[in-house]
Amino acid sequence: MDRIPILKMGPFLLVTIQVDMHDQMALLLQDDLTNRISKEGSRGVLIDISALDMVDSFIGRMISNISSMARVLDAETVVTGMQPSVAITLVELGLRLEGVHTALSIDKGMDLLHSRVGSGNRRGAPKPRA
Amino acid sequence: MAKGPSFTAILERDSNQILDDWVRRQLASSTSRIDLIKEADLREESRRFLSAMQAALNDGALPDVSMPQWADVRDVLERIAKSRAERGFSPRETATFVFSLKEPLFEAMSNARKDDPRALLDELWRISTLLDALGLLTTETYQRGREEIILRQQRELLELSTPVVRLWDDILALPLVGTLDSARTQIVMETLLQMIVDTGSAIAIIDITGVPTVDTLVAQHLLKTIAATRLMGADCIISGIRPQIAQTIVHLGVDLGEVTTKATLADAFAVALERTGASLSSPRGRGDRGR
Repeated sequence: MDRIPILKMGPFLLVTIQVDMHDQMALLLQDDLTNRISKEGSRGVLIDISALDMVDSFIGRMISNISSMARVLDAETVVTGMQPSVAITLVELGLRLEGVHTALSIDKGMDLLHSRVGSGNRRGAPKPRA
Repeated sequence: MAKGPSFTAILERDSNQILDDWVRRQLASSTSRIDLIKEADLREESRRFLSAMQAALNDGALPDVSMPQWADVRDVLERIAKSRAERGFSPRETATFVFSLKEPLFEAMSNARKDDPRALLDELWRISTLLDALGLLTTETYQRGREEIILRQQRELLELSTPVVRLWDDILALPLVGTLDSARTQIVMETLLQMIVDTGSAIAIIDITGVPTVDTLVAQHLLKTIAATRLMGADCIISGIRPQIAQTIVHLGVDLGEVTTKATLADAFAVALERTGASLSSPRGRGDRGR
């Protein structure tokens, strides 16, 4: 079973989706990511979907859900590198990803996470004001 | 069918005479456009049509012009109709080309079949149905030719209408001019999003100073474009909303909600500079409007 790797980068988790996601994979990622956030006490998640050039309604919803779940677990979520075709599809499907931050590239996404969360944060440490 | 010469035979026998008669009548009629087509061309077109029709009739084809025997005739007619559509003939003038053949044919027929009114009536009816069908075909083709011209112009307009310009590092502008319809907004959206990916710009300014009207559909499309831009990680600013459009938008109940709107492109640019300046901590471009 293919898995999408979740990389730890300091206080953040980095997920890059580089293959066409199918439904089972998305469910697995949802499981893995929520577990990792809770285990590592991560304060931010960056999901890069620049290699994804097609989404259906299910995958669109999964991206939206995964982002929302991470937010519920108190990790800021940034989705980066969305392709125009994907953006248009999501909008047509009515998925506006409310409350999820977006950035054009991983660089900009990381900057955004740093500015929102600050760096070096761990579980229990007070959250500095952005 | 009947004894005596049929209409096919008459056409074969008197073809030159009929052609002369026909061309003479076309030139004399009120719908002739001698300013748009030369007499020699008209004669040549008439001759080609007549001989193609003759060939089809000799093949024993029935007056059903969709039959394969009529392919040549259809071909000739289509070419004539298209060339007339391009030259600016009216539909009536184009269709009359075929219908005006009735008179010389009728005359030749009645001369040949004076003795047998019953058979004459049959033949006239055949000629009439046939020419009606061909006339309709001409009109249809003429219409299609016109539509092709319109389509081509629409495509050319679309290509002209969506320039995305780069104002500054990280700032794109999209000046929209002219009425927005769904197809155009779709292209605008795609071009803008693609430009954002290509240049990595964080802010896009959509300037609608040149848009005369906005209806619900257009507003919806604009909102979708803005939502898609946001999903990709860039921001959109709308500028140049005219008073009438502001009124329309509110009357239509369109919720521009979180979208930043500015009065002029200059104001939007200032805001954009401020935003990129802040996040990139670049001093340039700041304060040029007295901030």
